[in-house]
Amino acid sequence: MSAGAGANIVELSGLSVGYRRRGRTTLAVDSLDLAIASGETVAVVGESGSGKTTTANAILGLLPANGQITAGSIRVAGTDITAAGERTLRAIRGTVVGLVPQDPMVGLNPTMRIGGQVAESVRRRGVDKRLVPAEVVEVLERAGLDNPVLRARQYPHELSGGMRQRVLIAIALAGHPRLIVADEPTSALDVTVQRTILDHLGRLVTETGTSLLIITHDLGVAADRADRVIVMQNGRVVERGDPESILLASSDPYTRHLIEVAPALSHSGHVVPRFTEVDPAPEILRLEAVSKDFRLPRTSGGDRVFRALEDVTLSVRAGQTLGLVGESGSGKTTALRIAMGLDKPTSGRVLLDGKDITSAGWSELRPLRRRFQLVHQNPYSSLDPRFSVEESIAEPLVSFRVGNRASRSARVRELLDQVALPVDFRERRPSELSGGQRQRVAIARALALGPELVFLDEPVSALDVSVQDQILGLLTGLQRELGVSYFFISHDLAVVAQLSHEVAVLRRGRVVESGSTAAVFAAPEQEHTRELLGAIPGQRFAAALAAAPRPEGIRSEPDGIPAGSEELRS
Amino acid sequence: MSENTLIRGPEQVAPAVPPDPAAGGVVSVAVSEPTQAGAADVRSGERHPEGERVRRFGPLEAAGPFLRRPGFVLAALFVVFVLVSGLLPGLFTSYDPTATAPAEKLRGPSLDHLFGTDELGRDLFSRVLHGSTLTIKATGGAVLIAVVVGLALGVVAGFLGGWIDSLLMRTVDVALALPLLLLALAIVTALGFGTLPVAIAVSVGIMPGFARTTRAEVFRVKGQAYVEAARTGGASWIRVMWRHILPNSWGPVMVLAILDFGTAVLSISSLSFLGFGAAPPAAEWGTLISGGRNYLITSPWLSLLPGLFVALVVFSLNHVARTLEEVQR
Amino acid sequence: MKAQYGLDEPVLTQYFGRLWDALHLDFGMSLTQNVPVSRLVVDRLPSTIVLTLVSVGLFLVFGIGLAYLASYVQWRPARLLLSRLPAVGISLPTFFVGLLLIQLFAFSLGWFPARGTSGWRSVVLPGVTLAIPGSAMLAQVLIKSLGDTWQEPYIVTAKAKGLSRWAIQLRHAFRNGALPALTLLGVLVGHTVTNAVVVETVFSRSGLGQLAQQAVLSQDVPVVQAIIVIAAVIFVAVNLIVDLLYSFLDPRVAHTARVT
Repeated sequence: MSAGAGANIVELSGLSVGYRRRGRTTLAVDSLDLAIASGETVAVVGESGSGKTTTANAILGLLPANGQITAGSIRVAGTDITAAGERTLRAIRGTVVGLVPQDPMVGLNPTMRIGGQVAESVRRRGVDKRLVPAEVVEVLERAGLDNPVLRARQYPHELSGGMRQRVLIAIALAGHPRLIVADEPTSALDVTVQRTILDHLGRLVTETGTSLLIITHDLGVAADRADRVIVMQNGRVVERGDPESILLASSDPYTRHLIEVAPALSHSGHVVPRFTEVDPAPEILRLEAVSKDFRLPRTSGGDRVFRALEDVTLSVRAGQTLGLVGESGSGKTTALRIAMGLDKPTSGRVLLDGKDITSAGWSELRPLRRRFQLVHQNPYSSLDPRFSVEESIAEPLVSFRVGNRASRSARVRELLDQVALPVDFRERRPSELSGGQRQRVAIARALALGPELVFLDEPVSALDVSVQDQILGLLTGLQRELGVSYFFISHDLAVVAQLSHEVAVLRRGRVVESGSTAAVFAAPEQEHTRELLGAIPGQRFAAALAAAPRPEGIRSEPDGIPAGSEELRS
Repeated sequence: MSENTLIRGPEQVAPAVPPDPAAGGVVSVAVSEPTQAGAADVRSGERHPEGERVRRFGPLEAAGPFLRRPGFVLAALFVVFVLVSGLLPGLFTSYDPTATAPAEKLRGPSLDHLFGTDELGRDLFSRVLHGSTLTIKATGGAVLIAVVVGLALGVVAGFLGGWIDSLLMRTVDVALALPLLLLALAIVTALGFGTLPVAIAVSVGIMPGFARTTRAEVFRVKGQAYVEAARTGGASWIRVMWRHILPNSWGPVMVLAILDFGTAVLSISSLSFLGFGAAPPAAEWGTLISGGRNYLITSPWLSLLPGLFVALVVFSLNHVARTLEEVQR
Repeated sequence: MKAQYGLDEPVLTQYFGRLWDALHLDFGMSLTQNVPVSRLVVDRLPSTIVLTLVSVGLFLVFGIGLAYLASYVQWRPARLLLSRLPAVGISLPTFFVGLLLIQLFAFSLGWFPARGTSGWRSVVLPGVTLAIPGSAMLAQVLIKSLGDTWQEPYIVTAKAKGLSRWAIQLRHAFRNGALPALTLLGVLVGHTVTNAVVVETVFSRSGLGQLAQQAVLSQDVPVVQAIIVIAAVIFVAVNLIVDLLYSFLDPRVAHTARVT
């Protein structure tokens, strides 16, 4: 490989990495070949368990204690680091390979000033002590932070998530590395922030001639940003190539599956709403001119009030879905909690079937609870770890004293069947289920009482894209079968398009745009909506995709999916 | 003394750091939208290589983590031995703890007299085992009172929240800051000497720790999504309390209870060492050790062997508790 | 008799009278020794202060040192041994440790006196005895929080900069890991002060602790009261210092967001 050593910064050949646990080694990466040339941007895409993060850690020599390289070799800048000691690895980290870690909220030392943390990287290059502060300010500025002199003196908690991510980029840049590894660099951020940061990172890399390795779960992000894309599944590379050919003419069934299930990619890079023609239906739930104030912790200026919602009017129609979209802090969760009667609005009314329930107390609301139920965002915390699946699903029936033991058991079987889980799952505990299976249980629980309206709080945002697609399919199928209405909140416009008949876009507590999903997506009137739509990753080849013949024709109807074939293997 | 009450979960040790004014500054504090950060965490399951692996447990596997630790088995056996010997000392020793034998006085440890004999020729091992009875009673009483009261306070505070919570917890914090021994001195001065006052004094000392831990756990579980799910499913608070909150917050409280047995043993023997325990001829562990001090130069075993015995009991209790804590995690 | 101790007045008057007196360091007369309590206390205070200061110093050094080593050493057996040590220290009764040290270093080796209050040698054994539970507790909490800190994502960021383990421990892990242990410090100092009761009894040192033990035994209420008041004042002071230290070490407490 000596010939390629000059051109390639990283060469992985036949790399296998395993994790030891209780004497057994499970392979996370299996015979991976990967070379990154100077100035090149490569993206590794995969769902959880694909081995993409392990690959990134192996390149930096940052595998956890129980991880080991079982075969193959890693060469970084011509040096073989496969079995290298700490000293060799340290020489490479920071100055040859820099890292932009996953979550900016926890990636910075909370008790150290920003400047000090960047300076550590600057000093790695042996910069003269007196010049370090100036270089710190310069690199912060290059990373796109305003007022870098002030930022250098601040602590991480004084900065927003997007700014912290820029600081982390500055730290990676400050060592003048030849390769930057960006591990899900923006997954924790809002799409609009994600776009500006990725744009900026891309520009910096091009300017400085640095190579970039992007690790992501989002094929759209990968395709938009990379020169080459590598798709991984269960530790193996299933496809590699330039993004255009992967998006347009993938030969691999798994890649095609990923494209097909990603709402933003499946329709030629355009977000296409599922429901284009919506029949008028009566309103079941209506929020009328709802405002909500929160009192902030007292500061020197006296009481301050934060207006989380302002004059919000929404309505959910029978048998249909209202999608409420907004970025973090937009007030969508507050709206949901008010609609459910968990919080009281400061002003305005909540009407259920035309009946004012705004000021109803818990006992007045309780009979109504049978008519509306909730599915939580995170299926990992919404099921009691001590309850079996049957106990969890039957709990609302027990709470409302519906039926007897036998009839409840029968109802649980029926519900398991509806959410396409095998009946013998009844005895399992949540720890024995995958994320998608847990979410199915949570949906079954919400349906147990036969509600007319189900609140969906980001029900798929914690799931892998293919599982996400199955759950969305399940929800649509259930709606058609049972005629249930959904009040659906999400940060992801592409997902909203899959489920909603009507959509409302929330920004800083106000509804900036609302209407039928088809209309809003086809001709967004507001700048913010356009911005949100434009920030959805995967649109780089939208035009080409639209022109290209679709490989599979129209995708199959999702509700026919037999019980999530992928995740039921266990 | 109150060592163990001080070693608490991070929840208790961690100070109240104000919420992080994160992205969007003040906005996120007030609204507390579920962040996408959490979502990203779950999604990138690669941090835990076996994240989505599905496991099934049988009763045998549940005992496995314990049986695989010989230290735990030894410690647990020793605790059981002390318990049984304290309740039925006759099982393990044939000597009468009060029978004097001047000819046999101050004999070193031997097969006949495992711990040797004291200045009156009494068998020390037998005296230690019989001393267990009193110490166990005092310990059991102290922990029982502390658990009942602490649990009640913690549950009420954690469940109701608001000003009741603030009031209870500020009070508990003050009690928590006072060293156990100081409280005990005050209480013993007020109530007089003996096993019962000592037990009460110790229970007052360890109770605040219970209240804090229980409250923290109840509070944690109450914030879990499955509790909200149960509530929106129409479950009453009593049902939620009984079926969700108590079962899920029980673990750390139980660990603390076992740890506090160790604390109580230490405190009670310290108090009886200082002379505040049961009146002679009844001899608690601390009294024995204190009495042996006068013969430390010539017969060190008189103090040191019972002292070692107490240390082993406390160490075993602590080890059992810490293993339980590790396995729970 | 009753009039002398003011017991003929109403309870509330008695209570507030006593409180007022206590605030002026007037604790009345000792019931057993016919001298003012304040005299007794002032006589005994210095030796207890010396003892406490010595053992607080020792437990800080031992505790922090042990935790630092245990989280830094990478050789598994040594790491395991170091991290198990605190569990042993916590289980040892103070009086047992005291007697053991007397037997070893006073009677067998003759290096230090077994009892008494005179000279620096006399403070070594009680100082070490008193420091053991404190260092064990401090080390236990510190080891755990340092261990947790090493798992934090910002440590990965630091590693990726190419910093050495030493630099990471010093600049990133230690300060963050020390924060949870810091709140414990106030409790530990208070704990050390009261444990002096046992240690001074074991080593027959004439200090406040010994005075307390004798006073409780002889039901000398005014003396016990005085000692409890003094101890309480010390706790409040120590906890105040710890709170100040905390806001100094954790910028999230002191620095409020100016810009977002």
